[in-house]
Amino acid sequence: MRMAGRKIFISGDEAVAEAVRLVSPHVISAYPITPQTVAVERISDFVEDGSLQAEYIHVESEHSAMSAALGAAAVGARTFTATSSQGLLYMAEVLPYVSGARFPIVMMNANRALAVPWALLSDHRDSLSQLDSGWIQVYCEDAQETLDMIIQAYRVAEDERVMTPMMVNLDGFVLTHTYELVELPDQAALKSFLPDYSTDNKMDLDVPKSVCLAAMNHYMEYMMKQELDMRNVESIIEETDREYGDMFGRSYGGMIEQYMCDGADAVLVTLGSVTGTARVVVDSMRSEGYKVGLVKLRFMRPFPKAEIIEIGSKVKAIGVVDKDISVGYEGIVFTNVNSALSDLDRVPQRLNFIAGLGGRNVSKAHIRDMYMQLLEVAEGKEKEKIQFVNARCEYNG
Amino acid sequence: MYEVRWHGRGGQGGFTAARLLGMAASVHEGKYSLAFPSFGPERRGAPVLGFTRISDEKITDRSQVDECDYVVFLDETLVGETTLLGLKDDAFILINTAEPEKYSTMTDKQIVALDATSLSLEVLGRPITNTAMLGALVALSRIVSLEALKKAIQDGMKPSLVEKNCAIVEKAFNMVKGAVNNG
Repeated sequence: MRMAGRKIFISGDEAVAEAVRLVSPHVISAYPITPQTVAVERISDFVEDGSLQAEYIHVESEHSAMSAALGAAAVGARTFTATSSQGLLYMAEVLPYVSGARFPIVMMNANRALAVPWALLSDHRDSLSQLDSGWIQVYCEDAQETLDMIIQAYRVAEDERVMTPMMVNLDGFVLTHTYELVELPDQAALKSFLPDYSTDNKMDLDVPKSVCLAAMNHYMEYMMKQELDMRNVESIIEETDREYGDMFGRSYGGMIEQYMCDGADAVLVTLGSVTGTARVVVDSMRSEGYKVGLVKLRFMRPFPKAEIIEIGSKVKAIGVVDKDISVGYEGIVFTNVNSALSDLDRVPQRLNFIAGLGGRNVSKAHIRDMYMQLLEVAEGKEKEKIQFVNARCEYNG
Repeated sequence: MYEVRWHGRGGQGGFTAARLLGMAASVHEGKYSLAFPSFGPERRGAPVLGFTRISDEKITDRSQVDECDYVVFLDETLVGETTLLGLKDDAFILINTAEPEKYSTMTDKQIVALDATSLSLEVLGRPITNTAMLGALVALSRIVSLEALKKAIQDGMKPSLVEKNCAIVEKAFNMVKGAVNNG
């Protein structure tokens, strides 16, 4: 049954904090200095005023934040931490410890540009640099989805078939600092959606065993098990999203969302908040008769390979918007999408739009231009394959 | 969709005004709203921008606000050639000033003035003009009702600030309502 909740006008950061209060982790560890966001300050307020019963550990660095979360998870605690940009990179050493030990830590990452040059505005290069860390990665479009995904993340990560940490990504400033109306799920109903966490995968004085173990001779098999389990995560993400939708009235389509893709000749693939702007463009272009659609890529790991192949089999041209660049090659999302499409006998035309680096504006006019170019390559015209959008200098790619 | 741009200096409460307007529209009038600051470091005294988008439909557009319906200056030293750009043809400019005639040659847009500094010194005892200018904007635009705005102030400001800010909003609303005569 659909449970309506209270609606409040809050920022993306505050939506994360409200979600954390609702899921009530045992332990929150965080380093509060830039590039950290105010999410952890709000959580600290909740612990202080008693509305969240949790152990809050202030640490001296992001590396320690993740290490403390790892330690708490190792004794069976539900844990949360948050970071952004350079902070995520400083955590990087600990990320495979967590995923390898199969601890379901949930982390918020505010997607902000890497230094230098120092910018800290919205950009995906931080989290995309950690695709190989063994964490599940989801990207959110607005504050409501962020709140819902923090909650869903615990349910997915703690599922005994999954037992894998999850990074919930939201665009720095564009989502973290923007206020919007957010509906809070009813806490009592949430209890039945997300039961208390308990696990055998922990250090326990009554049942002594080794966790975070050494496995010289079995390393390969451990990695293989991790990969095989990750492949099954997709169906659990979808089942969780559906059940959440049944209970709270909001679901997001699982691995991807297809928007106006029926009969589309050209689609754009987007990650994060730029999706919302692209929706407006698709609406107006569809009303003018252009056959365009939008694919919101929600998860980068596991990667929605089957879904991308299915879309690729239907359309003539696919554009990928990357708010990142793997210097020396192309956009990171583009590489992943291309890899999936290579399974097709007939691969659609593809363009890579590098846009929004360091928070550079991606306007409706820019997105419309991307679609117009895709419609042209669909008809056989040649276009530059990798393009920098709204850059103030020429690129001779 | 209405798009409002707020000009102030760090510490003057420009973003608080942007946020209260969004809260009034979404929480109290069933509309949709986004309120966001100019993205970047926060510094007291530096020029800062705030934005409010309001619509009857869900707002998914996350691109920059290019052309506003209303621009509000909490601090008249910020009025200038570049800060008067990015306005729709029928946009209104609200300025906190005692000398509105100074600005009539700078733009062909419609200017509405309120001496919010004097009003805030009188009502709040401090030259904090954000809520006065918010009352002025609501009187001019009717984007939200005065009642919704007062509810947003009750929910969104510290309890110790609520009474005086509700009073100044109402005063500014009535002063500007009389001046623009839009009912």
